[in-house]
Amino acid sequence: MATEILMPALSPTMEEGTLAKWLKKEGDEVKSGDIIAEIETDKATMEFEAVDEGILGKILIAEGTQGVAVNTPIAVLVEEGESADDVQAEKAPAQVASPSTKEGPDDKGQPGESAVEQVRTPEPDRSPDWPEGTKMKTMTVREALREAMAEEMERDETVFLMGEEVGEYQGAYKISQGLLDKFGPRRVVDTPISEMGFAGIGTGAALAGLRPIVEFMTFNFAMQGIDHIINSAAKTLYMSGGQMGCPIVFRGPNGAAARVGAQHSQDYSAWYSAIPGLKVVMPYSAADAKGLMKQAIRDPNPVIFLENEILYGRSFEVPDLEDFTIPFGKARIARSGSDVTIVSFGIGMAHALEAADKLAGEGIEAEVIDLRTLRPLDYDSILASVKKTNRLVTVEEGFPVGSIGNHISAWVMENAFDYLDAPVINCTGKDVPMPYAANLEKHALITPDEVVEAVKKVTYK
Amino acid sequence: MARKPSPQMEAPSNISKDELLKYYRDMLLIRRFEEKAGQLYGMGLIGGFCHLYIGQEAVVVGLEACAKDGDKRITSYRDHGHMLACGMEARGVMAELTGREGGYSRGKGGSMHMFSREKHFYGGHGIVAAQVPLGAGLAFADKYLGNDNVTFTYFGDGAANQGQVYETYNMAELWDLPVVFVIENNQYAMGTSVKRSTKSTTFFGRGEAFGIPGEQVDGMDVLAVKAAGEKAVAHCRAGKGPYILEIMTYRYRGHSMSDPAKYRTREEVQKMRDERDPIENVRELLLQGSHASEEELKALDKEIKDIVNDSAEFAKESPEPALDQLWTDIYADELPQGSAEENA
Repeated sequence: MATEILMPALSPTMEEGTLAKWLKKEGDEVKSGDIIAEIETDKATMEFEAVDEGILGKILIAEGTQGVAVNTPIAVLVEEGESADDVQAEKAPAQVASPSTKEGPDDKGQPGESAVEQVRTPEPDRSPDWPEGTKMKTMTVREALREAMAEEMERDETVFLMGEEVGEYQGAYKISQGLLDKFGPRRVVDTPISEMGFAGIGTGAALAGLRPIVEFMTFNFAMQGIDHIINSAAKTLYMSGGQMGCPIVFRGPNGAAARVGAQHSQDYSAWYSAIPGLKVVMPYSAADAKGLMKQAIRDPNPVIFLENEILYGRSFEVPDLEDFTIPFGKARIARSGSDVTIVSFGIGMAHALEAADKLAGEGIEAEVIDLRTLRPLDYDSILASVKKTNRLVTVEEGFPVGSIGNHISAWVMENAFDYLDAPVINCTGKDVPMPYAANLEKHALITPDEVVEAVKKVTYK
Repeated sequence: MARKPSPQMEAPSNISKDELLKYYRDMLLIRRFEEKAGQLYGMGLIGGFCHLYIGQEAVVVGLEACAKDGDKRITSYRDHGHMLACGMEARGVMAELTGREGGYSRGKGGSMHMFSREKHFYGGHGIVAAQVPLGAGLAFADKYLGNDNVTFTYFGDGAANQGQVYETYNMAELWDLPVVFVIENNQYAMGTSVKRSTKSTTFFGRGEAFGIPGEQVDGMDVLAVKAAGEKAVAHCRAGKGPYILEIMTYRYRGHSMSDPAKYRTREEVQKMRDERDPIENVRELLLQGSHASEEELKALDKEIKDIVNDSAEFAKESPEPALDQLWTDIYADELPQGSAEENA
């Protein structure tokens, strides 16, 4: 049966092209794989191979013709004894173009619909993280993280820890101290200094069903492996139509330590929070570090767990429970107040709380919200608080451009504009690489005094 | 085309007729499938990037002959052949190429991103060489769990120049991971020939630095691939760690559909097709050894054509994914956790 040869699409973006040259003439025999024409796209001149066999019955588009749309019949291939004219009269049904190129009205969202879900009546989750009256014990963030990992490794045989110096060295920051003795080298795996390699190996192990905890000595080094975190871990569930889950925790200290300079002092919270498919946790207190780490290990998705070197040694009250977890997406009201809302997370909370104390001395009562997880983000708690205080200041250590504060500001403006009595202020680190000199470093970081100043601005004090 | 039987072509006595026929059939399925994919691309039914496997069929078919149930495989974006060879349905692969609901990733992955839990096919990865540590990770899991599964980790001569390959070699050997690193050396990394990208052109030899044994294999000869694959797999299953197979192969088509292929001559491609074609080679063996008649092979050709045409029809008929699919599969089985917008 005769077939039409159609103008081919020869690149992802090609819609039309020039039929530069016919390499076969009417009446020529054509075999599969023969080059029959040269086609010029916007990028290059390409050879066009025949797929079917037959005789070139008729050329429909002369060589040199420009602007030939993809899928236009350019020639007719006939079999022995057939005439191209018969076929044309018959007019074989033209090949349909991909429906994906056509946009029906259904393909578009409702006018004015925002990418962010429209605002709902906020009902923030105010349930306590652990039962009232639970006995508490004092513990550092370091101990809390270690206990969380040890408990989960006890609980689930598929959980293992891998990273640089996590085993025999007992952890570069001693988070994994004692775990090698307790669980052995099968489950506490020392790696060479190969972040990209072990980020990928960890991700592969997670795709195969294990639950790896991958420690980066610091998140600065995770940039060497960030392709696996984002392209391999975060996106595979989606790309596989839901087949390939990736239950993995990438954890380690994030943000500025002290006097380690530009390459070792960066806060990645906004970077990872930008990625659908990742969950991002950044705890402040030891209790949150423990409950959220246990939750992260149990979560069936890739979780970025951003710790902080300066907080490792700080002590907090932690519930003395055999097992407790803290759900993601639930902020904590660290301090109640009615004059202004301060939203922060991670070490930013230390500055926020110190500022709130100072402000209280001046008669300004700040409500301080610890986000705890950045993805999912507890918009409800922010909204409920802003509706009460009508003023918002965000506090974080990261760079100012494209910060978490920027995102929250935009979201609050879109969803609670009428409740705001002042523009939102984002307190962030300065827009400079971290300097080494002690005085400059101090200046580059966010300080409680800057938060106090911002609060005074939004409260017009 | 009439081909003179080459004197060295003779089926070893330990290869059965059924086995030869299976290789012929599997390779032909990939060839015809890819030709059809190329055609659908030309018609605008397949979008974006589409990398065809034509010419390289013997690599996956030979290695799949060495796999047992439970073994895993992972590869790059030139992945259609690997999927068909490991038993994934032509319909599901083709429908993914057209971005339809009936595709393996329900239309959300495309040509470069397809997976099958059931067939232990772990993708389909679009970032050159990213599949190498991922494949070692799959093998890590098998070793951790204490089974004797092996992972076939495929990558090209182009990927072989990525740093993460060597980080992976180092750890795979350090931890004795049961992974076969399969370098499909088709001699061109997109438009850059091996000679223009490295002075160390025998890629399998690079494993030596890490203590990984390896060898070069004729990738146009499915029986040679199978023989080398068996050796590699035995090494891995015995707990001796990874093995490297550098399989010398050739892709007849461009790097992707939009490749004008000006970096090599038409004659070079034609010579390979005429003299070394992996499918023609097996066809000859079948006919020469009187394992099959022309008629039988013709019938087989038709059967393959029908499967491919059916897959193309399915891929055209299958609907595009429903719009709410945009918002699914971002996170797996959410644990019940408050009211926060998980995906916002």
